[in-house]
Amino acid sequence: MSTSTGSAGTRRVNVAAARRRQAMADGWKEFARNRAGLAGLIILLAVIALAAVIPLFAPASVLDVTQVTAGRNESPSLANPLGTDPAGRSVLALLIWGARISLVVGFAATLVSMVIGTVMGMAAGHFTGAAQAVLMRLIDFFLVVPGLVLAIVLSSIIGPGIATIVVAIGVTSWAGTARLVRSQTLTVEARPYIERAWALGASDAHVIGRHVLPAVMPLVLANTTLTVGSAIIAESTLAFLGLGDPSSVSWGGMLKSALDTGAATGGYWWYVLPPGLAIVIVVLSFTLVGRALESVINPTLRGR
Amino acid sequence: MSNALSAADLVPGEPALDEPPRASSWLRYAALKAGGAVVSLIMVVLLGFFAFRILPGDPVRSLAEGRRVSAEQMDLLREQLGFNDPLLTQFLRYLADLAQGRLGYSYTYSEPVLNLILDRLGPTLLLTGTAALISVVLGLWLGQRAAWRRGSLFDRTQTGLALVFWSVPTFWLGLILLLVFGGGLHWFPTGGLVTAGTTATGFPLLWDIARHMVLPVVTMVAVVYAQYLMVMRASLLEEMTSDYLQTARAKGLREDLVRRRHAVPNALLPTVTLIFLTLGGLVGGAVTVETVFSWPGLGLLTFQALSAPDFPLLQGTFVVFSSIVIGMNFLADLLYRFLDPRLRAA
Repeated sequence: MSTSTGSAGTRRVNVAAARRRQAMADGWKEFARNRAGLAGLIILLAVIALAAVIPLFAPASVLDVTQVTAGRNESPSLANPLGTDPAGRSVLALLIWGARISLVVGFAATLVSMVIGTVMGMAAGHFTGAAQAVLMRLIDFFLVVPGLVLAIVLSSIIGPGIATIVVAIGVTSWAGTARLVRSQTLTVEARPYIERAWALGASDAHVIGRHVLPAVMPLVLANTTLTVGSAIIAESTLAFLGLGDPSSVSWGGMLKSALDTGAATGGYWWYVLPPGLAIVIVVLSFTLVGRALESVINPTLRGR
Repeated sequence: MSNALSAADLVPGEPALDEPPRASSWLRYAALKAGGAVVSLIMVVLLGFFAFRILPGDPVRSLAEGRRVSAEQMDLLREQLGFNDPLLTQFLRYLADLAQGRLGYSYTYSEPVLNLILDRLGPTLLLTGTAALISVVLGLWLGQRAAWRRGSLFDRTQTGLALVFWSVPTFWLGLILLLVFGGGLHWFPTGGLVTAGTTATGFPLLWDIARHMVLPVVTMVAVVYAQYLMVMRASLLEEMTSDYLQTARAKGLREDLVRRRHAVPNALLPTVTLIFLTLGGLVGGAVTVETVFSWPGLGLLTFQALSAPDFPLLQGTFVVFSSIVIGMNFLADLLYRFLDPRLRAA
């Protein structure tokens, strides 16, 4: 809305802005009432902050196997609180550096998945006839096909690397979102104001962009939070199977080298436990935040 | 992925994407679902072919990676593997082979892919089948108990535990069990299908296999049952406020019977579809669990194919895994129709 229409227009803008602020404040209050969700949010912010500042405390050179000073597979001590890995590097430093890859890949893959899922879901809900039939088949297909196996196929063809993993996870994980967005699109498009828009001569692009998209966005956002957790597990799984970037440190990659070097059967628990615990904590936090967001958006879920 | 259970799946109401709006005849329904499954199978076959030919990345180069191979040798290899033929010729050859049940020839094992897959199919079905059965029974039972006593200590602990297990990467849990039982306690064997070099037959052999199955099955169940618990819980909560439960109570039924005879059967309906939708995730779990515990199944074969890399083998395992899951989903659709009396009477 433009402000050039004079004082009446300005006031209208302010009213709308105030209403939006009020809605945000109400939403936040509802979110904050969910203590588990709040705890998840705090943990996530702490992990992100830690991953952001780690280069200040432990420069990338600590990850260089040619510059290690400690012995191999040392048990935890004061100098290395979580011991050292099979190459003599500090597990604690690896762990925090690994958070960067896991978070970046988790967010990037989720972005890819959400964009595909939202577009496909809205299109499948909006269009009818042959286009809809084709889109639904496609969604159904990606819903049933084993995602991890497809992701393995994709990433082993394209070649290992971070971008590959992002694409592989994004391309194989959007169907659930598409299904969700589609049913929401159907609900929204049955409302009278869409009929009004059609009657005024709105185009497909207008209806989707101005009416459907804003209506499905909150749902997509809550779903995003849940998907980031899944994407982080998927990333660690692919890295564990050796499809990650071998030159960068990630939680899945650490666990892979734990299996390869026999750390698990050798009893080096300090190299096996921390990366997995880190994954569990971060993924659980995303799940808790996602569930709290869901209950903000969908009041019928409250108190469950 | 292992986790593809989104919020949508927790809220029942739209069991399948193309559920017909009202009951139509059994045959038409079965034909519709069969048509869908066939289309999915065709897409798997197409994807199995084109992904390996069109995506960036040269199979021959990956094959030669880390080895001393001259450009001439690589050309020869391309010629032998038929990569120099036009794409259409390659595709028709692939279709003809597939129609005769040939899935290609493995580079690394020098054996037809189909033989390798058939050898490994049994152990995978045994492992995932057992794990799926236990997870479903455990998840559904705990889920309906938790929902019925919503907000109780039992509910809160079970939901909390389920959320934690849901966040655990399957392979890591496997590593932990390996750490505990391989490094410390020696209660169960930590790898393989049978003890190496065993000559046991009959009952001792079954016992040996059962002991080897314990750790892989526990790993898979722990990660998978949580999803079923959450789905069953959400689904039963949806039914809790229904009028028919009030009626059942009003006619004097015990609370226990209200739950078992009235609420749970209705809550099971949407849950069944969702269970089958998670089968793809179970297969994903098989890949990592079998890798950790060296279980000689399709999942381990997939891992070996991707670490080689052996593309015909990888393509074969992808086609077979996907076909199994699509087939199971088709069965689920039929089963759903049978379970829901409203749809059955047509």
